[in-house]
Amino acid sequence: MTQRILLSAKEIDIILHRLACQLQENHLDFSNTVLIGIQPRGIFLAERLTRMLQKEYKVKDVKLGSLDITFYRDDFRRGDKTLQANTTKINFLVENKKVVFIDDVLYTGRSIRAALTAIQSFGRPQEIELLTLIDRRFSRHLPIQPNYRGRQVDAINNERVSVLWKENDGEDAVYIEERL
Amino acid sequence: MSTLSVDHLLGIKYLNRKDIDLIFETADHFKEVINRSIKKVPTLRDITIANIFFENSTRTKLSFELAEKRLSADVVNFSAGQSSVKKGETLIDTVNNILSMKVDMVVMRHPNPGAGIFLSNHVKSSIINAGDGAHEHPTQALLDSYSIRERLGSVSGKNVVIVGDILHSRVALSNIFALQLLGANIKVCGPKTLIPKYIASLGVEVETNLKNALQWCDVANMLRVQNERLDVSYFPTTREYTQQFGVNKKLLQELDKEIVVMHPGPINRGVEITSDVADSGQSIILNQVENGVAIRMAVIYLLASKIK
Repeated sequence: MTQRILLSAKEIDIILHRLACQLQENHLDFSNTVLIGIQPRGIFLAERLTRMLQKEYKVKDVKLGSLDITFYRDDFRRGDKTLQANTTKINFLVENKKVVFIDDVLYTGRSIRAALTAIQSFGRPQEIELLTLIDRRFSRHLPIQPNYRGRQVDAINNERVSVLWKENDGEDAVYIEERL
Repeated sequence: MSTLSVDHLLGIKYLNRKDIDLIFETADHFKEVINRSIKKVPTLRDITIANIFFENSTRTKLSFELAEKRLSADVVNFSAGQSSVKKGETLIDTVNNILSMKVDMVVMRHPNPGAGIFLSNHVKSSIINAGDGAHEHPTQALLDSYSIRERLGSVSGKNVVIVGDILHSRVALSNIFALQLLGANIKVCGPKTLIPKYIASLGVEVETNLKNALQWCDVANMLRVQNERLDVSYFPTTREYTQQFGVNKKLLQELDKEIVVMHPGPINRGVEITSDVADSGQSIILNQVENGVAIRMAVIYLLASKIK
């Protein structure tokens, strides 16, 4: 497996600051906004951005939830493995709120399609935006685009983009790997 | 660990520890789902499930049906009383006719032990045993252990006593298998006439004094006196049964700790359990019912994901 680095820890840090600023520009004090990390890998980015907004940009109250999309996916029974769920934790109403979905990689858009259905169980949001660290261009199966993107990459289908986080994987880095 | 080792849920006997852990973890997520204001997920929208009940049931049937509907499966119900079974149709014919209408999964309750196993060998469909005679009632055992885990943090190492008619009880047998897999210590307690002879071969101790049993245990699972199955007299009178094996508030207050009381329902109030116990904070009877839906959703979800 060949692997090359796409983003280093330093670059990720700069991008996170930019994304935090862009979020703040649009949502100011976040009084009517909720951030939703998409399980399983979007929650690290969501938690990182929330901490950054609170500590470095002095936003007092940022509401953060995590949303699991397993039961809303469109590939149930299509693979060999049973799809295993993760925790959904949304302790607030999303009714009339501005919701920002946060995920690490946007690829086919199918996860976000599932998330759009899943969030309906928690109310009718005023609007939904999408923030993603990596946007894989030209690989979408659905008409879904991010409102905030960290880095756009052209990766072909047999390549895999993996985003690593210090708190879970020991380092901050984004790799692109060729799958054999 | 991400898939069940079985294609049918016929009994706890056929499961392993990892299966139970997977079912519990999945049930945790479904429990969160059924506590939302919109209690439904679209996962099984292309699955049809037949609930075939050859024996009366309220709780189990309702619980299965709710679980199926909250997973968005299509549901057809069948009760033997109003069916062609009365005209002499065989079990395999009945089920095969239902399956020809493109049904993917069968939930069956049957008075004969082993009916589910027999069916699974003869028809092409995923089978869930919802109780087969005095054999097994796997989803009840799963929800019982799940409820213990929820209340006490874990099942492993806990002392559980099953009180009542062990001989005729599929709930007892499935519970024994499930609790053993999860590492609990088990005793059974009841009139000697209602304790099966082979019970020692399962590694289960017998205690005939209810007070000693309660003093030993962390959890007491009170079984129903199944009058409909008691063809001969196993104990002199119901009143005498209650005096010896019924649990009441006074008995619980005499213990030096607070135990958890369970009952699979339907309750004979004042026979195996008094109302002041059944409705007290020590009782998790209604939690069991709530968890039943989550557990059944988990089982159906995990088995359905194996249907190709």
